[in-house]
Amino acid sequence: MSELLQTTINTLAVGGLYALIALGYTLVYGILRFINFAHSDVVAWGGWLAFTVAGAAGWLAEDGAPVFAVVLVVIATMGLCAAIGVTIERLAYRPLRSAPRLNVLITAIGVSLFLQNVGLKLFGNRPRSISAGTALIRNNEPIAAFADVRILRFDVLPIVLSVALLIGLQWLVYRTRMGRGMRAVAFDERVASLMGVNVNRVVTLTFGLGSALAAVGGILFALRVDLQQTAEAAWVVLGLKAFVAAVVGGIGNVRGAAAGALLIAFVEVFVHTYIVKAFPGRLWIAQLQDIYVFGILILVLLFRPSGLLGKSSVEKV
Amino acid sequence: MNLSAWVRHVPIAVAALALGLGGCGKKKDDNTIVVGHFASMTGPQATFGISTDNAIKLAIKERNAKGGVKGKQIVLKTIDDASKNTEAATAVTRLINDHGAVAVLGEVASGRSLAGAPIAQNAKIPMISPSSTDPSVTDVGDYIFRVCFLDDFQGWVGAKFARENLKAEKAAILYDQAEPYSSGLADYFGKAFEAMGGKVAARLSFNAANLEISSQLQTIKGAEPQIIYLPGYYNSVAPIIRKAREAGITAPFIGGDGWDSAELAKNAGDAINGNFFSNHYAPEEPRPEVKNFVEKYKAEFGATPDGLAALGYDAALVLFDAMDRAKSLSGPDLRDAIAATKNFTGVTGTFSIDDKRNAQKSAVVIEYKGGQQTMATRIEKK
Amino acid sequence: MKSLQERVAALRPSLPAALGRSALPFLIAIGLAYLIDAAIGPAIGATWRKILLDVGIAILLAGSLNIVNGYAGQFSLGHAGFMLVGGYTAAWLTFYGGIHWFGVKGTYGGFLGAGQLLFLGSCVLGGLVAAGFGALVGLPSLRLRGDYLAIVTLGFGEILNRLVQITDRQPKRVEDVQGRSLFELANNLGGAESFSQIPGYTTLFFVYVFAFVLLVFAYRLKYSSRGRGLLAVRENEIAAEAMGVDTTRAKVVAFVFSAFWGGVGGALYAHQISTLSPGELSFQKSIDIVLIVVIGGMGSITGVVLGAAILVILPELAREFADYRMIVYALALVVVMILRPQGIMGVRELWDTSPWRRLVQRLRGGQP
Repeated sequence: MSELLQTTINTLAVGGLYALIALGYTLVYGILRFINFAHSDVVAWGGWLAFTVAGAAGWLAEDGAPVFAVVLVVIATMGLCAAIGVTIERLAYRPLRSAPRLNVLITAIGVSLFLQNVGLKLFGNRPRSISAGTALIRNNEPIAAFADVRILRFDVLPIVLSVALLIGLQWLVYRTRMGRGMRAVAFDERVASLMGVNVNRVVTLTFGLGSALAAVGGILFALRVDLQQTAEAAWVVLGLKAFVAAVVGGIGNVRGAAAGALLIAFVEVFVHTYIVKAFPGRLWIAQLQDIYVFGILILVLLFRPSGLLGKSSVEKV
Repeated sequence: MNLSAWVRHVPIAVAALALGLGGCGKKKDDNTIVVGHFASMTGPQATFGISTDNAIKLAIKERNAKGGVKGKQIVLKTIDDASKNTEAATAVTRLINDHGAVAVLGEVASGRSLAGAPIAQNAKIPMISPSSTDPSVTDVGDYIFRVCFLDDFQGWVGAKFARENLKAEKAAILYDQAEPYSSGLADYFGKAFEAMGGKVAARLSFNAANLEISSQLQTIKGAEPQIIYLPGYYNSVAPIIRKAREAGITAPFIGGDGWDSAELAKNAGDAINGNFFSNHYAPEEPRPEVKNFVEKYKAEFGATPDGLAALGYDAALVLFDAMDRAKSLSGPDLRDAIAATKNFTGVTGTFSIDDKRNAQKSAVVIEYKGGQQTMATRIEKK
Repeated sequence: MKSLQERVAALRPSLPAALGRSALPFLIAIGLAYLIDAAIGPAIGATWRKILLDVGIAILLAGSLNIVNGYAGQFSLGHAGFMLVGGYTAAWLTFYGGIHWFGVKGTYGGFLGAGQLLFLGSCVLGGLVAAGFGALVGLPSLRLRGDYLAIVTLGFGEILNRLVQITDRQPKRVEDVQGRSLFELANNLGGAESFSQIPGYTTLFFVYVFAFVLLVFAYRLKYSSRGRGLLAVRENEIAAEAMGVDTTRAKVVAFVFSAFWGGVGGALYAHQISTLSPGELSFQKSIDIVLIVVIGGMGSITGVVLGAAILVILPELAREFADYRMIVYALALVVVMILRPQGIMGVRELWDTSPWRRLVQRLRGGQP
């Protein structure tokens, strides 16, 4: 029983993390219909910028950093990442707005390589840790423990943050004027601009929003598993899984991204734990973790290409 | 630029660059000896290459100050392979053909040593790998040597230490499935530990690119091992140890030389204390070779040399020693001289090159105490 | 007055002539490859020989991907997966087969001797197995729209990667291999450790025979009705369907064909650097191949050759600036996409460009 509970908490924590990153993919795809390959690098930069900002403010080394430091660092990082996202869109993607989608995709790969390698220069090529031995977020202590179950701070954080941000995003997209503009552009860019929606502003906002969420995702990931160097496959795989979550949930759909993220986390953590348990002697079964994720992607795409919560659309001639 | 301009300019540019390259090769000076080094100076594993390269530079500087080899100065040519196998092959080709290297040092990663070795072998130029521990590296041919111990020995050292020093009966193994080094060590440790009468209660893997290991840690916790063998590189080891302690796992971890980095203690924080790893040398060993090396390295590069640096230094020293003894610096003569290395005393201990061109040597086990590496014991060869 | 059929029959060349015309380019290709191997190879020194090999393999990989990405306009990010399948299959055959049949590790026999024939067979086998995987992936996923295909192929490549990781260790001593059958050894691909000591059969001759043969195929495909069907799919799938192109079939055939050559490329790659590891053939490698196609010009055969040469040689020349070359490379990619989205050549071929025409005219003695 306690193990079941622990596994569930782990699943939710991982799911929350994936959801935050998946939202960035889904927002951009919903509006511009292209996969922003550079998103995972913005996530990586989020982690590193938080580390840098905290270090520059002197909150990394000493013990007496104030409580509001955490909040300030997170907000500053969100702002910086939003600026990066907006700049990328303005410089690299906007000139290609009407180009074939393949070109935009290649450009995104180029931007991704650029961010990776500039990151290597700026932040160095040694992995770091934000949490250990720092005052920023001193300890990942259990905030509750009963029987054998430990509820850790860094497990609760992604769950709470992602739920809060999801609700906020839902409100933004469905209840505000800007959100209406976003939905209009997603529906038909040309008609929306004829109706007086400033398409460029909507796109800028979308990129800013997605990148700010990416920053949070990057910080949470870095807190959970350390800062890997920017060119490390860990970020790419993280981005890939978040993207898979977005596609599985129905890309372009905010709630879908969350549902997809939960499903992916469920398979990766929950199902994996019990499969390994069921076959104790089989070494290779324990190595299939990633295969489940991609397997789900392929299955969903084959049987329900528009995703779990996505609307299927018929292409008109 | 329109298309015709492109078509006009591209071939010119390519030709010009080709000429430039042709011009810069083949600079052979009769008064110097070129030693090649191929290493990952950029890319994800750049720290390995840079550490090794620094130590080799130090060795050459010292040697040149003493008058070089056979009256000639030694020149080091380092080519970066960007942590990629294909580029490693090109790098060795270039070292031998463009720069006229009499011997090649490199690589740290076994995969890249395996890619470079056939080229050195075909050109009959000796290659000494400072720190590739995969047994098959020196199988490539009779010109390929190494100065580090092998994975099977290191796995055995871990098992012996766990069984005899820690008196562990039950072990768990957690290894990186995508990392050849890690899965190899895990295998050798498991076999040795069981052969010594221990029991491997859980054997699990993770992927460094996917550090979501909560389910693995939970399984390990359930298996209640007395030690956990975690052969991996320091970048993934730090978060794993931390998360294991957070999850309430208290058994000590034992690792391999991939743990050796100042970053590990920094990144893992307090969780690192009480864990062990096997290594090539310990910087605080009282031997004069170690003292001399550590001092000079610190003075030159401002950091405590890690195991990779010590091995890079020893690889260079073994090469110079062989150069002194060799009849000439031709490939076959130098090869024979390296193969005849006996009881060589370097920073990483005293060792001989055996008939399989591997170094026969001992290992040290290091414990983390108060965030510092301290030598726990030395384990002699089987 | 002759009937239409009779007139057509009169125009049709005789059987030997037709066969000759069909085989001639391949014979020229083999001759050229031999020339490169025998005349150019020894003249340029080992370093440039290695670079020339890399260029040839890049031509093979990018040329084959061009059929899917360039002709059919489908975005595949899994080409390294086919390389992996082809490379491992071929390495399995030459390493274990070589020990079984010749009793030695390493290369065996001289030019076109038993060893090289085994190697040729292993390249073809690698290609065929890769083509089989191509069908397996292509059949279900080519019904999907463009960027979904990119993700599925990417995911497929990663799955293959993980599958290789769970194979067993490679026995490397002759006596360990001899006692076991080849099929039993099919699970001994080295896991995450590399499959090493693959005999180094790859020479300029083999690389360029395969590369030229692929180029001839690609050329003929481009100007055949099937190829025009693919180009139609690329421009507008619905319109192509309306014009009677079986789009799914066309795409699958292109995909399988491309996978075959990707597998051959992987086999040549494996026997060139003698060691294969799953980490080296991850999607980063796929992206490298896509970049060659995009920079060269999607759909252009000569463009891809040019792209392969540039993207292999330039980083090699820029080795001294290693620290910054990736940043410049990334920036160049973005700039090329913005300023020249169709790549260097676009869909055109070298002989479609005006400088080339002028050159030809001048050679013929006419006025430019």
